[in-house]
Amino acid sequence: MHAFKYLRASSANDAAAAVAKNSEARYLAGGQSLVQAMKLRLSSPTDLIDLGAIKDLTGIKVDGSGVTIGAMTRHADVAGSADVKKAIPALAALAGMVGDRQVRNMGTLGGSLANSDPAADYPAAVLGLGATINTNKRKIAADDFFKGLFETALQPAELITSVTFPAAKRAAYVKFKNQASRFAIVGVFVADTGSGVRVAVTGAGPCAFRSKELEAALSKSFTVEAAAAVKVPDKGMNSDLHASAEYRAHLVTVMAKRAVQAALG
Amino acid sequence: MAMGAPLIGTSVLRKEDYRFLTGAGQYTDDISLPGQTYAVFVRSPHAHANIKSIKKDQALKKPGVLAVFTGEDLAAAKVGGLPCGWLITDVNGQPMKEPPHPCLAQGKARYVGDQVAVVIAESLHAARDGADAVQVDYEPLPSVVDTASAGKKGAPQLHENAPDNTCYVWAIGDKAAVDKAFAGAAHVTRLDLVNNRLIPNAIEPRAATGAYSRAEEAYTLYVSNQNPHVERLLMTAFVLGLPEHKVRVVAPDVGGGFGSKIYLYPEDVVVTWAAKQINRPVKWTADRSESFVSDAHGRDHVTIAELAMDKDGKFLAMRVHTTANIGAYLSTFAAAVPTILYATLLAGQYTTPLIYCEVTAVFSNTAPVDAYRGAGRPEATYVVERLVETAAREMKLDPAEIRRRNFIRSFPYQTPVALMYDTGDYDATLDGALKLADVAGYGKRKEDSIKRGKLRGLGYAAYIEACGIAPSAVAGSLGARAGLFEAGEVRVHPTGSVTVFTGSHSHGQGHETTFAQVVADRLGMAIENVDIVHGDTSKVLFGMGTYGSRSLAVGGTAIVMALDKIIAKGKKIAAHLLEASESDIEYDRGVFKVAGTDKQKMFGEVAFAAYVPHNYPHDKLEPGLNENAFYDPSNFTFPAGTYVCEVEVDPDTGKVTVDRFTAVDDFGKIVNPMIVEGQVHGGLTQGIGQALIEGCVYDKDSGQLLTGSFMDYSIPRADDVPSYKVDTRETPCTHNPLGVKGCGEAGAIGAPAALMNAITDALGVKDLPMPATPQTVWKALRAKKAA
Ligand SMILES: Cc1cc2nc3c(=O)[nH]c(=O)nc-3n(C[C@H](O)[C@H](O)[C@H](O)COP(=O)(O)OP(=O)(O)OC[C@H]3O[C@@H](n4cnc5c(N)ncnc54)[C@H](O)[C@@H]3O)c2cc1C
Repeated sequence: MHAFKYLRASSANDAAAAVAKNSEARYLAGGQSLVQAMKLRLSSPTDLIDLGAIKDLTGIKVDGSGVTIGAMTRHADVAGSADVKKAIPALAALAGMVGDRQVRNMGTLGGSLANSDPAADYPAAVLGLGATINTNKRKIAADDFFKGLFETALQPAELITSVTFPAAKRAAYVKFKNQASRFAIVGVFVADTGSGVRVAVTGAGPCAFRSKELEAALSKSFTVEAAAAVKVPDKGMNSDLHASAEYRAHLVTVMAKRAVQAALG
Repeated sequence: MAMGAPLIGTSVLRKEDYRFLTGAGQYTDDISLPGQTYAVFVRSPHAHANIKSIKKDQALKKPGVLAVFTGEDLAAAKVGGLPCGWLITDVNGQPMKEPPHPCLAQGKARYVGDQVAVVIAESLHAARDGADAVQVDYEPLPSVVDTASAGKKGAPQLHENAPDNTCYVWAIGDKAAVDKAFAGAAHVTRLDLVNNRLIPNAIEPRAATGAYSRAEEAYTLYVSNQNPHVERLLMTAFVLGLPEHKVRVVAPDVGGGFGSKIYLYPEDVVVTWAAKQINRPVKWTADRSESFVSDAHGRDHVTIAELAMDKDGKFLAMRVHTTANIGAYLSTFAAAVPTILYATLLAGQYTTPLIYCEVTAVFSNTAPVDAYRGAGRPEATYVVERLVETAAREMKLDPAEIRRRNFIRSFPYQTPVALMYDTGDYDATLDGALKLADVAGYGKRKEDSIKRGKLRGLGYAAYIEACGIAPSAVAGSLGARAGLFEAGEVRVHPTGSVTVFTGSHSHGQGHETTFAQVVADRLGMAIENVDIVHGDTSKVLFGMGTYGSRSLAVGGTAIVMALDKIIAKGKKIAAHLLEASESDIEYDRGVFKVAGTDKQKMFGEVAFAAYVPHNYPHDKLEPGLNENAFYDPSNFTFPAGTYVCEVEVDPDTGKVTVDRFTAVDDFGKIVNPMIVEGQVHGGLTQGIGQALIEGCVYDKDSGQLLTGSFMDYSIPRADDVPSYKVDTRETPCTHNPLGVKGCGEAGAIGAPAALMNAITDALGVKDLPMPATPQTVWKALRAKKAA
């Protein structure tokens, strides 16, 4: 790690202003991705602007349109929230599958989305439910948010303030874990939104994406058999030590099948 | 007062746990010395490269940087290279190739992580900045990391004096007789096996702090190490040329070793040497990334194994060829692991009359490979037990039955590969395991799995291992450059409490409890009155350290011998005090008695008389009650057992779940069943790790370590393993007074074969590479379907 300056911001505006004026400054949320990278000297921001004291960025609100979760809300709080469990049980369950206890107690929704790790879990829910990412500047539709490997629609210094997840008729997330990191080798979020079926895949590509093939099949028939019949193309899928593109493509179908099964209850 | 029930055989809670559980342990990194500085090593980013130049000036300009040293500086100061502690003689009677192993690279870097320079600074941060600023001009060279390719003609060459990267070709057994037996065999089973390379990953990374006192002209090295006296011997005699009495090595609390902390590492030498150069203590603690690239790795064999049988499945002969990857340099015991500790175990529990094994050891552009929990015996067990199970399948014999047809039943038994087993009862452990595992109920469980769309498989492994290494004379004749005895000292204090000094080192094994149980029992005193001291060359008289499950069998015996001397001297003192003849004195649980009378002296009274010798036989006896003993074992010990593993496989994903794992072991006499069970659990978990999830992978082209962090290298977590069923049978070791054999490695030795036998059974395939990751299993199932 290199030396850096630390600032604990008291409002979202202050935080955004501090990052806007210095291209080498970064927001610090749970630190579960950023601090790791800093320790390895892969990332060396000159200033860290800690979002931890900004009350407006934390909390869970449920209303008619769904669930709105503050960017600084920890994974453990989402996983344990009675409101989330009631409104979108699949989302609470997903938060409970992120990392380990320590990570869930520190890591945040905003940090996870801003980081956009190709194997992260939250992106699957955001895309699968068609959520809206609220920033200090605008609202970004999930479909416009994930741009590539560790790349999002966020502009420099743009701050995620919260995310609004519309409730689905039924939904489920199933994750096949990397044995070492326990991030997703493949994670599939299936949602029957009432106005169509959305299927989001994480772990398999440079960033989370929707599977047109699975969505088409499941929109026709929301059944395990329908999912099982889909052969997902492996083109463009990640290939590494742990899983070839071909294996990942196969796992997308298997996880989709299991997600549909779980969503059907 | 005489003490009550014996402690040996009871699960006394660990004396050391209060310290460890409350964070009061003192590990090397916890020790801070006044004025200490911090070292960071510059490591090669290339697998193989000429070092054209190293520029220090930018680094030296960084604030806080005190010194930068390179291989050139060490050479100028006549600091030697690291020695190999075992000399293997090849098939032509020539000594193995021993290329220099410099503490800092000299002209060439030979693996990713090879240490090239050291930067010493006022703070860790400054040292890192300094290390980033050292400019090394590398000329990258082609590299070879792969075991099967390293020895081939035309492969990139690592060392000038090791053509074809070959360290040695070694063999054991009668090749002609074995070939003849194969020619006449009714059936031959052949397997091409890979024993995957592992990265040890002790929780506490390696650490070393060197200090030098001008006033005393003496060095102190604090180091996370399993054998401080061996570390000192190797470092002083072979590398630094220092007299031993001027070097103290302390291995304080050590957070796991698994073999990887036996060795003398370059960093240990460098911090010790550098402490004098800058006249301040120098501290180095590996970070996790450094541990991955620079700790000695384990295993890494490529093997062709064949078993010849008659028509009834009786083993006639075994023929094995193994290529062992020993990495870029010879680590301390690297040469012995794939030979002496491997091929000698190929008889297993069986009467196979003829065995031939040839081993080619190759250098490669990878971290050095050395002993890792089990060291050679897991590799041997993997060969034998995969062969035996496969043979049973091919011969349509029950895998338990084929084993029974071949078990050794009369002892002592001389194997065709040098070892002489003193005792054992392999039927007892096999029968015990089959029962405990409820093999009878397997069919029903398999049906249930099938109903749920899953596959189920059953696998056995009946392992044997050689522990308590070793009779020094035997080891010496096989190439050991050190003795392998152990030393102990029993110091009785004037009021009767006891401090015991042992050359064994505890780094998770619970010696402070187990050894205290032995001492308290032998002397008949409360365990609270016994303390065990280890890990400091200035306190302990000598020691060969802890590895190869030798501590209780060898170190414990040295203590027992010292205790016997204490009791013998105590009898003399008691005889004097009681005005009786020494031959009439009996010692029974804390009391010296005149046989057949009520005249007696308590142990404490005798101790007091020894230190306050007012009424004392000065003409015949020295005062004091303090005894040493050195014990050199007359044979190895031979723990053995049977493991039964049951797996369930998800054919959709390839994920294997270890559903049941049963271990019935014969460790001889057991001193503390709880600690033994803990050792078995740990060993099994490491063995399951090897078979299921752990695998070190270097990129074939670039030589980069692809599994260089826990993001990619997996070690087992609690939910990767089942709740184990374990039990023991007991045939006491015949040649040590405690009857103990050793239990530290068994689990890691037997588990991989049992697990892979179960997985191949579930899949219906002959072989599968370890680790059996979901992708590997899925691919095998798909290939089978396609065929
Ligand atoms: C051992 C371990 C296991 C893990 N396992 C998983 C897993 O299984 N699945 C998974 O999904 N994740 C996993 N993670 C990652 C974890 O979920 C992190 O919490 C997450 O990736 C980052 O969130 P954070 O709050 O820690 O962000 P930080 O690390 O603090 O920040 C990450 C990045 O986001 C930026 N940022 C933070 N907040 C905002 C904001 N509100 N607006 C704009 N930019 C912002 C930061 O500047 C930084 O660039 C794991 C992490 C660890 C250490």
